[in-house]
Amino acid sequence: MAALRHPQIVIASDLAQGDVVVLGAAGWERDHLRAKIAYDGEAAAALKAAADAEVAANRVVDAYLVDVAIAADGAPTPLHFREQFRFAGPSVRPDLGKQAERREGDGR
Amino acid sequence: MTAHDPTLPPRPNSAPIGYAYDEYDRAFVRERVAEFRGQVERRLAGALTEDEFRPFRLMNGLYLQLHAYMLRVAIPYGTLTSRQMRQLAHIADTWDKGYGHFTTRQNLQFNWPRLVDVPDILEALADVDMHAIQTSGNCIRNVTADHFAGVAADEIEDPRPTAEFLRQWSSAHAEFSFLPRKFKIAVTGAEHDRAAVKVHDIGLRVVKNAAGDIGYEVIVGGGLGRTPFIGKLLREFLPRAELLAYLEAILRVYNRFGRRDNKYKARIKILVHETGLDELRAQVEAEFAAMDRAPFAYDSEEFARVAAFFGTAPYDELPERSEAFEKAKADDAAFAAFAAVNVAPHRASGYAIVTVSLKPIGGIPGDATAAQMRALADAADAYGFGELRVSHEQNIILPHVRKDDLHALWRDLDAVGLATANAGLISDIISCPGLDYCALATARSIPIAQAISKRFADLERQRRIGQLGVKISGCINACGHHHVGAIGILGLEKKGVESYQVTLGGDPTLDASIGELIGPGVSAEEVPDVIENLVEFYLAERCEGERFIDTVRRLGHKRFKESARREGEDGSGI
Amino acid sequence: MALVSDGAFVADEWRRLADEESLPASGKVIVSQQRVAAALDDARLAAVGVYVANTTEPATLAPFFARLALIDIAFPAFTDGRGFSLARLLRRAGFAGELRASGRLTPDQYLHAIGSGFVSIEIPDELAQRHGEANWAKALRARSLSYQRGHAGGASILERRRKGVS
Repeated sequence: MAALRHPQIVIASDLAQGDVVVLGAAGWERDHLRAKIAYDGEAAAALKAAADAEVAANRVVDAYLVDVAIAADGAPTPLHFREQFRFAGPSVRPDLGKQAERREGDGR
Repeated sequence: MTAHDPTLPPRPNSAPIGYAYDEYDRAFVRERVAEFRGQVERRLAGALTEDEFRPFRLMNGLYLQLHAYMLRVAIPYGTLTSRQMRQLAHIADTWDKGYGHFTTRQNLQFNWPRLVDVPDILEALADVDMHAIQTSGNCIRNVTADHFAGVAADEIEDPRPTAEFLRQWSSAHAEFSFLPRKFKIAVTGAEHDRAAVKVHDIGLRVVKNAAGDIGYEVIVGGGLGRTPFIGKLLREFLPRAELLAYLEAILRVYNRFGRRDNKYKARIKILVHETGLDELRAQVEAEFAAMDRAPFAYDSEEFARVAAFFGTAPYDELPERSEAFEKAKADDAAFAAFAAVNVAPHRASGYAIVTVSLKPIGGIPGDATAAQMRALADAADAYGFGELRVSHEQNIILPHVRKDDLHALWRDLDAVGLATANAGLISDIISCPGLDYCALATARSIPIAQAISKRFADLERQRRIGQLGVKISGCINACGHHHVGAIGILGLEKKGVESYQVTLGGDPTLDASIGELIGPGVSAEEVPDVIENLVEFYLAERCEGERFIDTVRRLGHKRFKESARREGEDGSGI
Repeated sequence: MALVSDGAFVADEWRRLADEESLPASGKVIVSQQRVAAALDDARLAAVGVYVANTTEPATLAPFFARLALIDIAFPAFTDGRGFSLARLLRRAGFAGELRASGRLTPDQYLHAIGSGFVSIEIPDELAQRHGEANWAKALRARSLSYQRGHAGGASILERRRKGVS
């Protein structure tokens, strides 16, 4: 197995809704904590192939692999700031986007 | 209400609310909505791939951005009625997240629509004679014009009839909807250029020839983006009757010969640059001479019909001096500050033009909540014939306010956080959405604008500094017009972090110039310091009556560049 | 390949010849520009057409207009609009035969093609199947109104306004 420098997950936009989704074990998920994480090249290729099939099936748009770091609690965090924003929402509007939904969900 | 009841359709000469659709315009827009609804259905069903769908969704103003789709609504030449503004607020509340973003091209963007809702949003726009047609895509984009059109004291002619004329000519053009790249046209009818005609693909200036006939000076090949160019003079005087035929000729030459091998070299500015102005002019003139101009021969009648919608407002006869206004200024310092900065002279005696700043200190440039949009619509009804304008500086203009009413208007605006007295000052920052929203961005721009705005929060200090355009783009595509900012800021990615380049000496007016880089990129945290150093140097060196840009031009770029480094003595970063 | 004409998929009577194929003894053929003179001189053929790149100078085709029955303009990408301008120029120069657009055009471009002077559209079978004949038929009726004058496809909005006025 070819090891990856960083673990990877697949990120995409939902076709009908337009929001950010990650590929999980059972399909697309709004919550990045449920992303399926690839630790080696084969797993990453399999993830990407599954995502491409979903693009072809017109369920998502612009699916791509993202390098992530895995936090102690197992949460994948993108290494690049662009995808960090995609996971959070506009940095200037903490009341909007996934960051807001997450807070609501946590009851925090 | 009165004669300005917003629920009534405007009539020519009733109020200067601009062009009113007729049955054909309405039917045309409805057909386009139905067509797009069909395209969305086909996309969702898989009959259209994303690659096939993309150009058609873009031609209807729909992007896919970082967090969601984004819909860009056309506000042709920046003019809209209170009724239309209320509908935008309604859309923001119904299908979006309760706000909108006014852009540098006088449009409005909704940041969160769902694809499946967009046909309904377009339908709601059509209900008030609006659309999102050609606000994106490689086609002729919505035409922009001077936001003081029709009321500016220095105007030869209202540019909006021309702009409306061009809007119709360019809408769903069979031949010119798959151009090498986007194509932007701006029109100005005034001496002072507020429409940035020299940085558009085509800039039109209304001019009079020696015989007193009205025509156009045609400027071609300006543009910002990766390779900024100041537009060049293609035709000194184009008679009005030949306008459409001549533009048709330019577009045909561009469609045939513009580069398609590299999207960064596909704008007409590159064709002008590589072909040479004289050769391009020869090609355009040859095409113009060869084409059948008969279909364009009756332009003048249609032009007159359109122009009739932009008549003079039914102004009251008022003395130029308003005692109420003078008294309010004397009694209320905050209002006086607003009046000094956000109020401009009007053509009609006793009236003024008011700029409503969408740049509160520390706010997001160009954003307005649905409640603010409604407040603006109410203000327009109460004080300004129900008419609003969007400026390319991302502010809202109330173009006809009685001086007697200015104080009351200011209080209404203040109640909804719209009375920031900073029009044209350092915190009146133009900024693209940047990486907070945009999929193309390489860095954020809004937080930079907010940091500068907060650094210069003191409005008294801002007034001392005077007119200074800060413009910020979050990538090389330059939607924030950083090239033509007296101070321009470009956000890039450098080694995995956001980095900002500062340029100096840009100017979007007829004296157009492109800003020059002052040094290597700096971090987001350092930007306010760099700006402050530049400003302090200007304050120390300026001569009486000099604006920032004047001092930059007089002293030269190099002296300012040194000043930017002054505080960072070790030479690091800055 | 599928051929769209009048909003329907129709049989293609034309045979497109690669340069290495010899001229047939009869029928309608579409040949490259370098062979067009020879094909036109071949009395056995029922009709001759030519396929051209979208960068072709109209003047190079003008001498053949009277005898040419068809000009096929290639669209290398469906977003490459040069073919629309070339079609306009060929019509203006007096070509009265069939103008055909060939490439991966979608039904959404049908009226752009018609408005620029095309009559027929040739698309790959796979595309024809996915987009469907019904959508081509529908696309033909998607826009009953146009602002542009001097284009094919009925009176423009401006002309209708004039009629309404006078």
